[in-house]
Amino acid sequence: MSSIALESLETGAGTTVEFADVHRVFGSTHALDGLDLKVRPGELLALLGPSGCGKTTALRLLAGFDQPDAGSVLVDGEDVSRLPANKRDMGMVFQSYSLFPTMSAVDNVAFGLRLRGRGAGDRRKRAAELLDLVGLSEHLKKFPHQMSGGQQQRVALARALAISPRVLLLDEPLSALDAKVRAQLRDEIRRIQLELGVTTVFVTHDQEEALSMADRVGVMRDGRLEQCAAPSELYQRPETPFVAEFVGTMNRLPGSMVPGGVRLFTQVVAVDGVVPPAGSDVRALLRPEAVLVEPADGQPGHAMVTTATFFGAVTRLRMTQPDGQEILADVGSHRAADFPAGAQVLISVLDRPVLVRPESESTAATVPGRA
Amino acid sequence: MVALTPTAGAGGLAATQAGGPATSSRRRRRTGIGRGLVLLICGIYFIGPLVGAFWFSIQDKVHGGVQFSAYAHVFSAVGFSDAFMLSLKLGIGTVLISLLLMVPTMLLLHLRAPKFRPVVETLCLMPLVIPPVVLVAGVGVVLAWGPNQLAGTPLQTFLNAIQSGKTPWVLILEYVVLTLPFTYRSLDAGIRSVDIHTLTEAGLNLGAGWGTVTMRILLPSLRTSVLNAAFLSFALVFGEYTVASILQYQPFAVFIVAAGQTEGQLSTSLSLLSLLITWLLLLLISLLGGRNSTKVDI
Ligand SMILES: Nc1ncnc2c1ncn2[C@@H]1O[C@H](COP(=O)(O)OP(=O)(O)O)[C@@H](O)[C@H]1O
Ligand SMILES: [Mg+2]
Repeated sequence: MSSIALESLETGAGTTVEFADVHRVFGSTHALDGLDLKVRPGELLALLGPSGCGKTTALRLLAGFDQPDAGSVLVDGEDVSRLPANKRDMGMVFQSYSLFPTMSAVDNVAFGLRLRGRGAGDRRKRAAELLDLVGLSEHLKKFPHQMSGGQQQRVALARALAISPRVLLLDEPLSALDAKVRAQLRDEIRRIQLELGVTTVFVTHDQEEALSMADRVGVMRDGRLEQCAAPSELYQRPETPFVAEFVGTMNRLPGSMVPGGVRLFTQVVAVDGVVPPAGSDVRALLRPEAVLVEPADGQPGHAMVTTATFFGAVTRLRMTQPDGQEILADVGSHRAADFPAGAQVLISVLDRPVLVRPESESTAATVPGRA
Repeated sequence: MVALTPTAGAGGLAATQAGGPATSSRRRRRTGIGRGLVLLICGIYFIGPLVGAFWFSIQDKVHGGVQFSAYAHVFSAVGFSDAFMLSLKLGIGTVLISLLLMVPTMLLLHLRAPKFRPVVETLCLMPLVIPPVVLVAGVGVVLAWGPNQLAGTPLQTFLNAIQSGKTPWVLILEYVVLTLPFTYRSLDAGIRSVDIHTLTEAGLNLGAGWGTVTMRILLPSLRTSVLNAAFLSFALVFGEYTVASILQYQPFAVFIVAAGQTEGQLSTSLSLLSLLITWLLLLLISLLGGRNSTKVDI
């Protein structure tokens, strides 16, 4: 195993990738519309975005299956836009099953090594090591049609890693698998990636996947990068309304600016970042876990519970305010019985600085293809 | 026949589930009888003529009773081996040329130029619509007219070359056209059944060139459909009569008809023999094609 790590460290780690103002147009579709993105050496960067936002296109440009119409793709500072796919040394795992159907698992993994002129014994040994790394040492001789979807994607991962790629590319490799296998394989991909230290671009439309695996997450929309940041940063300080809506769940509560902060219900809360002038109407961005609720106990409340959804440790309350505005709050499931549908509740917010947006931005809330 | 059996089976299952336990066994027996009847009718339809032909070929017309002299004479009949070798040559030549032509064409079509697919499909299916007689008449006209009109050009040399020599290239080329629909259909079905786009990209990604991708990844994945195309073409060429006889060649089918005009029994035994050859070929192909899915160890 250490020999694998070593081999990859020699060639894999330290590779940087940069998309510089990349455009790709298909007919009237701007699949990439000025993508700017830098991937740091050895990091796992997740490209997150709704389906059709250009994630696959970006990955295919990096792999060399397609060429940009404008802009350039740089690997280690070198423009690779005109380099053919088979000269790029990028290991790719595809969304659909891509194992060679007439080759066994070990032959699939050894294929790239054979092309690199490695001897038969050597490549079998390394293929076996890699299959061991992905937990398939029992299945060396199996053919793709004899393996489950999860096993096939593991072999595909081993095959991509076998060539000690400069960059590992993963295009929604887990989307065809069922939830349990998906979570398991997700953790394993991350473990292996950390072990080998190979620069990795992971494409997904699943925010949970992106947030839990990546060093940094790049959120894409309509062929452009909206924000690229560490998962916690992205979650806590979304820079655009789109990111706020797409990553996690976000309340957009109407409030007005007063000296010292924003007035929400009966509170005045400090504002994080740019502070709009006092007197202006704004929307405060609040996660459901930052919304606190109390039973109104017979008094008129701020809102009425419409539904309660059980998520295990927490229960998410969906409430309607008298003006029809919806608001979501998470409460510990042990308190859920206090909030039956129809109950009146008093609302307050967690006392820490909140992000606010001008009222005029509030139309951007619709997110296509959101899971 | 093969297609009917699963349908009958599915019907039987549905009936079993619909009826209660008391009626199910009776129903099963009834569908069993129905299935047997269908099999019997099909069997008679297919095998009856063969049995009749076989019976005819072994009757001793002079002394009465049974004799196998027609079969004994088959291999020594005048012209048999020439005709057989010619058919073999035509079959192999046709298969090789159509595969060499169509496999790369189909791969390119699917990978690089999908918008031309309808055009190529229409062209390839034309021979199904145009009777072979019409095709061969057209070829005959060109062959008669060409050498004079094109005198001195490379085309004339070509037209002469394909008609002279030991190998009747003109016939092979014509057969390549005639078998196009079958070649196209088999390859198209095979290519659609595997994700050649992703396989190709996976190959390129690992560093393979286009040649390696084609030879080591795509062709092995398409083996069954390539074999099917080869078999269909070969079987068609082996039994083809019209074109060969009009162009005045004497491959196996033409030889059988000619032999039949003088010796009925010989002709019949030859026909059965050619059927047997075709069947053996089919068996061989299905064995070769089936190996893919059953082999576990390499
Ligand atoms: N080869 C292509 N031809 C035409 N349109 C394409 C092609 N590839 C992608 N597109 C279009 O480009 C947009 C982005 O596609 P894609 O990169 O696959 O999105 P994602 O992977 O984020 O779902 C989509 O609208 C898609 O329809
Ligand atoms: Mg995609």
